[in-house]
Amino acid sequence: MELPKFYTDLVNAVVSRAAVFVILSSVGLVLAMKYYRVLTKPKVAGPIGLGAAFLLFISFFDPQFKTVATLPDNVPIIMMVASVTFFVWVAFRQMALNDERLEKGLPPKEAEAGEVQKTFVWPDLVYIEFICLILFTVFLTVWSIALKAPLEQPANPAKTPNPSKAPWYFLGLQEMLVYFDPWIAGVLLPTMIITGLMMLPYIDKNPKGNGYYTFKERKFAISIFMYGFVVAWVLLIFMGTFLRGPNWNFFGPYEPWDIHKLEPLTNVNLSEIIYLQVLGVGMPRNWFIREIWGILLVLGYFVAMPGLLARFVPMFREFYKQLGMIRYSVFIVHLLVMGGMLIKMLLRWTINLKYLVGIPEYFFNI
Amino acid sequence: MAEVKAPEPPASSAPEPGKRKGSLLEQLWNGQIWTSIFRHGMPDTPRNRTLAIMSNVFLHLHPPKIRRSGIRMKYTWCMGGLTFFLFLVETLTGVLLMFYYRPTAEFAYADIVSLREDIPLGIMREIHRWGAHAMVITVWLHMMRVFLTGSYKPPREFNWNVGVILLVLTLLLSFTGYLLPWDQLAMWAVTVGTNMARATPVVGHEGPGASLLKLGDISLVHAGSDVRYALLGGRFVAPAALLRFYVLHCVAFPLAAATLMAVHFWRVRKDGGVSGPM
Repeated sequence: MELPKFYTDLVNAVVSRAAVFVILSSVGLVLAMKYYRVLTKPKVAGPIGLGAAFLLFISFFDPQFKTVATLPDNVPIIMMVASVTFFVWVAFRQMALNDERLEKGLPPKEAEAGEVQKTFVWPDLVYIEFICLILFTVFLTVWSIALKAPLEQPANPAKTPNPSKAPWYFLGLQEMLVYFDPWIAGVLLPTMIITGLMMLPYIDKNPKGNGYYTFKERKFAISIFMYGFVVAWVLLIFMGTFLRGPNWNFFGPYEPWDIHKLEPLTNVNLSEIIYLQVLGVGMPRNWFIREIWGILLVLGYFVAMPGLLARFVPMFREFYKQLGMIRYSVFIVHLLVMGGMLIKMLLRWTINLKYLVGIPEYFFNI
Repeated sequence: MAEVKAPEPPASSAPEPGKRKGSLLEQLWNGQIWTSIFRHGMPDTPRNRTLAIMSNVFLHLHPPKIRRSGIRMKYTWCMGGLTFFLFLVETLTGVLLMFYYRPTAEFAYADIVSLREDIPLGIMREIHRWGAHAMVITVWLHMMRVFLTGSYKPPREFNWNVGVILLVLTLLLSFTGYLLPWDQLAMWAVTVGTNMARATPVVGHEGPGASLLKLGDISLVHAGSDVRYALLGGRFVAPAALLRFYVLHCVAFPLAAATLMAVHFWRVRKDGGVSGPM
């Protein structure tokens, strides 16, 4: 059986345009968060889940998708995407139920009398753990019997595979290498992911939603986290696995990986746009004069923006009041870096922007 | 932890003096060997259920009693527990694999081939590899659950941070293990992964600021002295890197992870157990 051509063409056309794909996914996430109460109802979520499973199933009839999806190391990625989706539903369903209760003035489900009451760990918890352990052992054993661990040709430093991919959990960072220099994609961003996660409890001063599922009471925190985890991490891993082919070109999920695919792209720096395309005066010799516009822009984004937000946007003014100067700065810089990632990706996809600030003299490019 | 007093005769199932002993099972249950191991009777009374947890070094990770909402699968997804379980699986299968594997460029690949070809019904490498992938997934899901229930909020700020380090260690464990089969997949994935280190600001030879560290004309940070060199023990992913990754994978990271896990679990208890509404 082959998939109908109009379907594969449509999906390839939409998905292989990275900008369209990421914007659609982000819009999808925003809508999902807005209508979470309706969408998480089993009557609605069930058919959506079945539909997604069906799409996944028929995708295996496509030779290209099948080749990539059945690579042994890619099987966990499908499991990861499926389980993240499932558990996002589990969490948001409980949030929806709890939020309804909170609106009626009731405590969240976790605070009900029966739930607060203590119960013996033996047998109630120990048995749950034991059953989980057994089931997971069975699952892992079946998986291991069914699927051999991959082993390719012996390591050969002279033969670079195309594409060369990092282990799947780092594919989001590898994707960032397309848009940023390695010192940002490979060093700064991972560091900021870690520091960002670590600072979280000291930045999120909202006392509500501690120990129960709720969306209504902490919309901002959850939205930011979902964007960071689901779009900037999981989605980019999906992209890196299924949509990035030879020469790191972007492919549709059903598009054969043609090693000769050429994308005639010339990426330009901001300075080139300004001095060559807009002013038409030629590039200045001095790197500082050449890059001053980009430097001003980046400084404006990271220095002026936090101040402006704190001054004019009520939500951020509140943050500033609660957190004080230092914590607010730490928080806002992390937030802006996260947003900057998306901005830079979009700039690349739309106007082929290479660097906002490009100082190869010092290996310093943003 | 409360102390467990010296062996009292099991409360519920001790034979009454003077009576004949019961069935074989009861004899076993009341025999000296069994009672020397488990110092409580059938865990069917509150007292014995408490003792079952408190007098067992493994189970006393738990409190004897716990809030009902804290044991709901719907609430915890059992993800933290599964992650810990997978760590144990990885340790066990990893030790078995170490019997068969030599971390040198000469033998590494051949040993993996022989694991696949020569060991009858061998699935230890599969369990180890899929378990590792599964552990990465479960640790992410655990983080997501903890975030979405707001469980990082006071008083659990510190434990969230321990968790973040454990998350990073899980990824590092998986990443260092990725190199060990010494095949094309391993070598190039690790090459891609470690290439980024050369761009570390100041201490990577292609990083911004590296050119500032100079003694006269001599650059201090170059391909043979930067942070990537330290990580790989060379300029490329070569046998020295294999040995380094092996030692990190089998000794350094597991020890660090085990230590932090102890802190993590202990703090779960000290910070008030599984989170719940205040």
